[in-house]
Amino acid sequence: MDLKDLYRDVIVDHNRHPRNFGKLQPADVHADGHNPLCGDRLTMYANLKGEHITDVKFEGAGCAISVASASLLTEAVKGKTKSEVKELFDDVHALLTQHDATVDPAKLGKLAALSGVREFPARVKCASLCWHTLNAALDRAAEPVTTE
Amino acid sequence: MNAAVPATRNGTPADATAFDVEAIRRDFPILHQTVNGKPLVYLDNAASSQRPKSVIEAISRYYENDHANVHRGVHTLSQRATDAYEGARETIRRFINARDTKEIVFVRGTTEAVNLVAQSFARTGFQPGDEILISALEHHANIVPWQLLREQIGAVLKVIPINEQGEVDFVEFEKLIGPRTRLLALAHVSNALGTIVPVEKFIKVAKQHGVPVLLDGAQAIPHTAVDVQALGCDFYCFSSHKMLGPTGMGVLYGKRELLEKMPPWQGGGDMILSVSFEKTTFNQLPWKFEAGTPHIAGAIGLATAIDYLEKIGMDRIAAYEHELLVYATERLSQLPGLRIVGTAPEKAAVVSFMLEGIHPHDIGTILDTEGVAIRTGHHCAMPVMDFFKIPATARASMSFYNTREEIDRLVTALEHTRQVLG
Repeated sequence: MDLKDLYRDVIVDHNRHPRNFGKLQPADVHADGHNPLCGDRLTMYANLKGEHITDVKFEGAGCAISVASASLLTEAVKGKTKSEVKELFDDVHALLTQHDATVDPAKLGKLAALSGVREFPARVKCASLCWHTLNAALDRAAEPVTTE
Repeated sequence: MNAAVPATRNGTPADATAFDVEAIRRDFPILHQTVNGKPLVYLDNAASSQRPKSVIEAISRYYENDHANVHRGVHTLSQRATDAYEGARETIRRFINARDTKEIVFVRGTTEAVNLVAQSFARTGFQPGDEILISALEHHANIVPWQLLREQIGAVLKVIPINEQGEVDFVEFEKLIGPRTRLLALAHVSNALGTIVPVEKFIKVAKQHGVPVLLDGAQAIPHTAVDVQALGCDFYCFSSHKMLGPTGMGVLYGKRELLEKMPPWQGGGDMILSVSFEKTTFNQLPWKFEAGTPHIAGAIGLATAIDYLEKIGMDRIAAYEHELLVYATERLSQLPGLRIVGTAPEKAAVVSFMLEGIHPHDIGTILDTEGVAIRTGHHCAMPVMDFFKIPATARASMSFYNTREEIDRLVTALEHTRQVLG
């Protein structure tokens, strides 16, 4: 286990300076996410035009992995359609959990920096919380999501 | 912010310096390994302690030579198993100075002990509107059983607040205790912060009101001598796995006159004298509360753990651990941006802390890559976290087999953490 694989420069940077951080007002959809194990709390906001995500922001507090993952997510999904986002989530999930994941790094762009997380199984939930939360927002789920 | 460094206790240094920690460490096989390429530093003792060879061997010996079911057979092995199991009860009685082995009920752990009291003593004896008094320091194990009872019988749960140091507010306690209070259920030592609660003065006031007292001793008994008669508590609950013994084993001490009146809470074998479809006669204490085949090896392992602790001496253990606490508090306080959460003047060897700008979860992961095991999270005490308005802390909890060098390793690993995420 190499720590530098987990806390890559991109991750450390996005934790220190999260992009698209704050409340989106007004927001077409939003959802709260909570990881009770470590206390991470995130709210994801998005504006939609038809199937397209025109804007996305997040706020909350959590560990470096959860904050950086949310920040990277916002950069990755802006302009994508809902179904493209779900596809991307599947790829990210494979990247986070499978050693033999055959995900094309080029497709993932900066999100590929999260690949080190799979060496730290206790931290997978930190990285996936924002994705579950955004999905819930897009599904307009009324209930807050939790990764427990 | 600098934390108050606990005072060195008088009258103990000679004992403490004679403490041969290296000899003790040789008794604990698990400590001698590398984790992620670094020698293990185990500082998660408040979650679970490690076991000395003598405990591991006693359990193996029992299974290799003496195992059979207890209280049943006339054959030799059953007799040996029964003698060992009941002998363990006597060891535990002596260790906590209970009057009678009938007052020692074997359970799965502190959690089950509290649930037993809630479901037997309180559920059958309390009326709607009766009050149970706990503190804001409690572990979930001393909160949730009372909430279940609240749902079942309409009892009222009242909470004594804590202050910024993590001490239970005695003045508020005196205001909260009243004519409807039927039980005071209090942690002896806080698992999240390490606060040693001065339970004696709480018990004194409770007695003046005629209120029985349950103590959650899970974090106290591994680190200090406990005398249930001197304390005057009515129930004392503790777990084996935090005091060098096996998991899945614990003890409920209860005053005999209370246990006698309490109905069984689980039915089955071993807890009966006779059964017919018309009428069942329950067994005597303590077996009335021990339905089914018990954790025989667990009791034997726990008794062996107690033998080990007594050989070293609980007073010497307490003195040495206090030295470690003072040293750890001093060293950690010097780290820039480190804030200790829980600064009561009387603490067990637990240091809960925050590192500015770094989430406890990241601290835990980075420390692990340095071979240092600590706990991060809410420590099953979410109301304590809410009080301090934090999601979690990092917690280093020490035992008598830890060393100053290990605390130095913790400090170095924390400096490294800041470099990685700084």
